[in-house]
Amino acid sequence: MMRKALAIAAVFGLASFAAAPASAETTQAPLKDVHWAFEGPFGRFDQEQLQRGYKVYHDVCSACHSMNLMSYRNLGQKGGPFYDPKYPNANDNPYVKTIVKDFKVPDIDQDTGDAIKRPATPADAFVKPFPNEYAARASNGGALPPDLSLIIKAREDGPRYVYSILTGYMAPPTGMTVPVGKYYNPYMQGDMTSNWHGAGKVPEGGFIAMPFQLTPNRVTYDDGVGATTEQQAKDVVAFLAWAAEPHADERKDLGLAVMIYLLIFTGVLYASYRTIWRNIEH
Amino acid sequence: MSGPSTYEPKTGIERWLDTRLPIIRFSADLLDFPTPKNLNYWWTFGGILTFCLVVQIVTGVVLAMHYVASADLAFNSIEHIKRDVNYGWLIQGIHANGASMFFMAVYIHMLRGIYYGSYKAPREVLWILGVIIYLLMMATAFMGYVLPWGQMSFWGATVITNIIGSLPVIGPAITTWLWGGFAVDNPTLNRFFSLHYLLPFVIAGVVGLHIWALHVPGNNNPTGVNVKGKEDTVPFHPYYTVKDGFAVALFVLLFASFVFFNPDGLSHPANYTPANPLVTPNPIVPEWYFLPFYAILRAVPNKLGGVLMMFAAIGVLFVLPWIDTAKVRSMRYRPMIRLFFFVFIFGCLVLGFCGANEPDAHPFPGGSVGTFVDADLNSFVWLSRLGALLYFQFFPALLLVGLIETPLPTPESISSPVLPQGATASPEKKG
Repeated sequence: MMRKALAIAAVFGLASFAAAPASAETTQAPLKDVHWAFEGPFGRFDQEQLQRGYKVYHDVCSACHSMNLMSYRNLGQKGGPFYDPKYPNANDNPYVKTIVKDFKVPDIDQDTGDAIKRPATPADAFVKPFPNEYAARASNGGALPPDLSLIIKAREDGPRYVYSILTGYMAPPTGMTVPVGKYYNPYMQGDMTSNWHGAGKVPEGGFIAMPFQLTPNRVTYDDGVGATTEQQAKDVVAFLAWAAEPHADERKDLGLAVMIYLLIFTGVLYASYRTIWRNIEH
Repeated sequence: MSGPSTYEPKTGIERWLDTRLPIIRFSADLLDFPTPKNLNYWWTFGGILTFCLVVQIVTGVVLAMHYVASADLAFNSIEHIKRDVNYGWLIQGIHANGASMFFMAVYIHMLRGIYYGSYKAPREVLWILGVIIYLLMMATAFMGYVLPWGQMSFWGATVITNIIGSLPVIGPAITTWLWGGFAVDNPTLNRFFSLHYLLPFVIAGVVGLHIWALHVPGNNNPTGVNVKGKEDTVPFHPYYTVKDGFAVALFVLLFASFVFFNPDGLSHPANYTPANPLVTPNPIVPEWYFLPFYAILRAVPNKLGGVLMMFAAIGVLFVLPWIDTAKVRSMRYRPMIRLFFFVFIFGCLVLGFCGANEPDAHPFPGGSVGTFVDADLNSFVWLSRLGALLYFQFFPALLLVGLIETPLPTPESISSPVLPQGATASPEKKG
């Protein structure tokens, strides 16, 4: 019944938009202009950046954010952060095997039927930080940390959006009431009207339940790259973009070949068309 | 299908088969079908649409092998297809973008039919079958968009099914019947999947009738003048197989550029979040090919009125052959109605633009200019109303302009399209 009421309310809301007074508008600061190696038809993921990005996810994000669509084997598959041509089967990849040693996954003991934890294998899905949504909310002041598997695709201009959020934290301007357990971020969509008592225009942005995470040197990169806030954000966004579409490089590679083939084929068909029609006046 | 057959069985087995199931004769007659020799590239979209239907059915059958129609599993099963099934990302990408390509082609095909008067006698049944195919396509595409069970899938389904619920007396009962319950939920997803698999084959059947109805009077052509004799036509094969083939190849180039380089360009990011009945995405927008109708729906303050206007926008197409009073078919020789036609196309584009935006937002810079009747004059509400006016004006115009317009002289026949002195040349290039 709850769902029905909500659904009906939503539709009546839509249909009556025409007559409704102007509602409060959500605002968001223009996203930061950053670029990655994976962008555009010729862009490809930078494997070292993916490795650094996985490290940021593993050391920082994974404390609260799940990635339910990812398995450890994915890290070693073609195009992945730890892919090695010597190990076409990602389950044999030594990096992947090392990574899974850190994890234990819930299972059932087949002799006793007891709930146990066993060592993870490359075939296992990423271990979740919380057993269920209630536990996740209880640990995060009622907010649910979103699953990150598709976060880059699930947001408008995903890479720049996530980067801007991660690096965009700032002290709230004087005159802003920030609710307990919330943080001001100009890149978070929101409406500050009711929380603004300062002079001048209402600031852009909204409140986010996640505090600033990527302090400088929050992770230590194995390849010696300096772990500034910006670098960590850039790297983790690259990793998340890869995780959102692990076959993106393969898609573009095949696409290039297909386009070349189609251009030639189209030319051949055009020549055939001209030849066959050459004696027809039309 | 029509006219005398020119097929001569040459071998014993062909003669044997010809007296039992003349399927070779049928195919030979299709290939030899006399087709006007002056068809331009706008006529290649029939072949392109056939290609689209086949592509959607083939990729769809493969997707159905991996897809799970369950509210709990549907979203992840699509991701499983894109991540773990061999070339699943390609098959799913073709299918999802194929819907958009299909609609792009069908809109061009329909506008071509209107411009050249292809719906006029003796092709009324051919046209009506086409409108039925279009309606079936809309139903199929809508249900297909629900299957990934993302936020936009779920809320699109909720909005559209509730539209039907606004019909008086029977509406709520129909909605409950469509839902299989009291909200969009697992039973809705299951029946939508079933129907999404069924309807393409219904479309294929009606396409068969559409082609049959085409082969009785034969093709219209850019002059709109009837075929007078053999000198006006060429056999379909090889002349139009090669021309349609070339056009299909160009179309596939565009198709592939989306599939390989911008696979999400025509969809909405919200559909990468699993359906959640407790969180409404803002705004809820349909796929681009439904935007003009969505704008008409929202342009009317009364909900039922909006629904009726939206249905009228499509329903009016059924009676197009009888609204148009002109004797001349092709708009090439009807300069006056041509203006109304281009205003109509412009109206469709304006409506599409409005459908993609929030009704209260301001389409023009400068912000609010004050309320007029019930909404800000500088709002998408009023722009939608203007768009709807530009859309609907075309139909009374067809009726009235046909009565008062003096058409340009039409050629004697397809083979002698030489215009008399003083007449203007044709406005569009011949292909």
